[in-house]
Formats: sequence, C-alpha cells, structure tokens
Amino acid sequence: MSWQSWDQFVAMGGYGLYVWGSYLVTLGLIAAEVVLVAKRRHNVMRQLRSFARAESRRT
Amino acid sequence: MRTTTELALPPQRRWNIFRFASPQTFYPLAGKMIPYFGVAAAIFGVMGLYVAFFVAPTDAQQGESYRIIFVHVGAAWMSMFIYVVMACWAGLGLALNTRLSGMMATALAPTGALFTFIALWTGALWGKPTWGTWWVWDARLTSELILLFLYFGFIALQASIEDPRRADRAGAILALVGVVNVPIIYFSVKWWNTLHQGASVSLTKAPSMAVTMFTGMILIALAFWMYAIAVVLARVRSIILERERASEWVGAYTRSAG
Repeated sequence: MSWQSWDQFVAMGGYGLYVWGSYLVTLGLIAAEVVLVAKRRHNVMRQLRSFARAESRRT
Repeated sequence: MRTTTELALPPQRRWNIFRFASPQTFYPLAGKMIPYFGVAAAIFGVMGLYVAFFVAPTDAQQGESYRIIFVHVGAAWMSMFIYVVMACWAGLGLALNTRLSGMMATALAPTGALFTFIALWTGALWGKPTWGTWWVWDARLTSELILLFLYFGFIALQASIEDPRRADRAGAILALVGVVNVPIIYFSVKWWNTLHQGASVSLTKAPSMAVTMFTGMILIALAFWMYAIAVVLARVRSIILERERASEWVGAYTRSAG
C-alpha cells in the first residue's frame, strides 16, 4: 500500500486532478447510463400500460 | 420474406438457435441474465479498484499518474470490442433479416460510445502529466476519435429514420463500413510513429508490465465487460417492448406486469 493517510490518497502524489478526474468521470458516466436505461424502461412500461387501458376501453 | 419462411416452417422444425432470435423468447432470457452480469461487474469492479489503488505499487517513472491505465485500457478495449460486436449483429440482421439483430446493434451503440468517450477522456487526463498535452493528432488518438464519431453517426442515422427496419439496414451499412477503423486503431501504434505508446499487453508475448498492474487492468476490463452486457441487455429489453408494442405477447406481458 502506497498511502499513509487519507490526504496522501486524495493527493495521488500530485496527480489527484488527473487520476480522480479519470475515475470519477468514468463512474459518473456509468451511473448516468444506468439511470437513463432505467428511465427508458419506466417510460416504456408506462406507455404500454396506457396503451393497454385504451385497448380495453375499446373492447 | 420473413413471414413466408415462418409460415413454411412450423416452430419445432426451425433450427434451434433461431429460437432465441425471436424477441419474444429473448426478452425473458435477457431479464434473467441481467442480475448475474450486474453482480459480476460489481465484484470485478471492487476487486479491480482495490488492486488499482491499494496493491499496485507507485510507478518509478510516472508516479501515481499511471493509475489511470487501469480504467483507460479497459475502456479502450471495450470501445473497439463493442463496435465489432455491434457490426456483427448489424451484419447478421442485414444477411438473415432477423429482428433481434438490429435491436442488439441499436442497444450496443450508446454503451460503445460511452466507453470510447471514457477512453478519450482518461487518455487526455493521462496525456497532460506524461506528454505535457491533453491531445495530439497522432494516429491512435485520431482513429479513436473517429470511432466516437462512427458511434454518433450510427445513433443519429438510426434516430433520423422512422421505420425501425429501414433504420436497422441503414445503420448496418454504416456500422459495417466503419468496422475498417477498428484494426486501424489497434495497429496504429505499429503502423505509424505515434506519441501513444505501443500495446502493453499482446497475445504473442508476456505483458510488459508488473503482474499486479496487469491483474488490476484485467479485473477492471472484466468489470466493464460484465457491465456492458448487463446494461445492453437492459436496454435491448426496452427496445424490444417499444418495437413490439402492438404484438399479442407484449399486451399479455403488460397485463401480467400490472
């Protein structure tokens, strides 16, 4: 292990901006994709339900 | 054309693999697989991050900045790999006219674009401290940027065509033409004199890096891979429902799902 303290870990030997800029953006984008996919799913299901309700009213 | 073959052959006599080419059969199967791949992604991810930050030693030349490699290389591999898989599905759809193939290609594109962006972004953040610049127009970086534009082009082209089957075909042609860019990216560091370093890992010789670094890289690459499968399956399920919403089985599914 290369770190003696939390501050050292965050500083990344002076490269904190680059290292954390890489990892946090990657994690953030992945989280955003998961949210978007879940939203799409939610919207599709809502649409399908209203479609089914309209259908059952017609018959 | 598809309908005639379907009418001609009763389901039980159809070649087995085509069973899963039907969106209706694939939909529940995909749903069952998502949690496994999601959990695998999380496990590999945690292990990979642990190795990347707590096991792998400081690099003698680059200090801590080299730790970007763990996410950069995996993302770059995925960006190319997903493109090839996308082009395969697109080509399969073009050749066999199976509905699911086009949906898979459509579902893969955003995730491929995401990994391409991550590869470029982490590359820029790594280039600044090691090369002194965020960006250079060398063959590796430029061809990877073209890959991002190919993904965007594919997504935009499909979005601009209303009929999904026609969108599939148009997208497939673009994807297949663009596949030529993948070997260019991969071999660019050999073919041209690039600022970008050569491959750290190759199939023909032992990795030119410490074992712990290699392990961290592979673990995060595996996490990306498992994640990509999970998220693409989740997306393709929505695409299936969107495209098949008028069908009998989606209606039944909606009623059962409440």
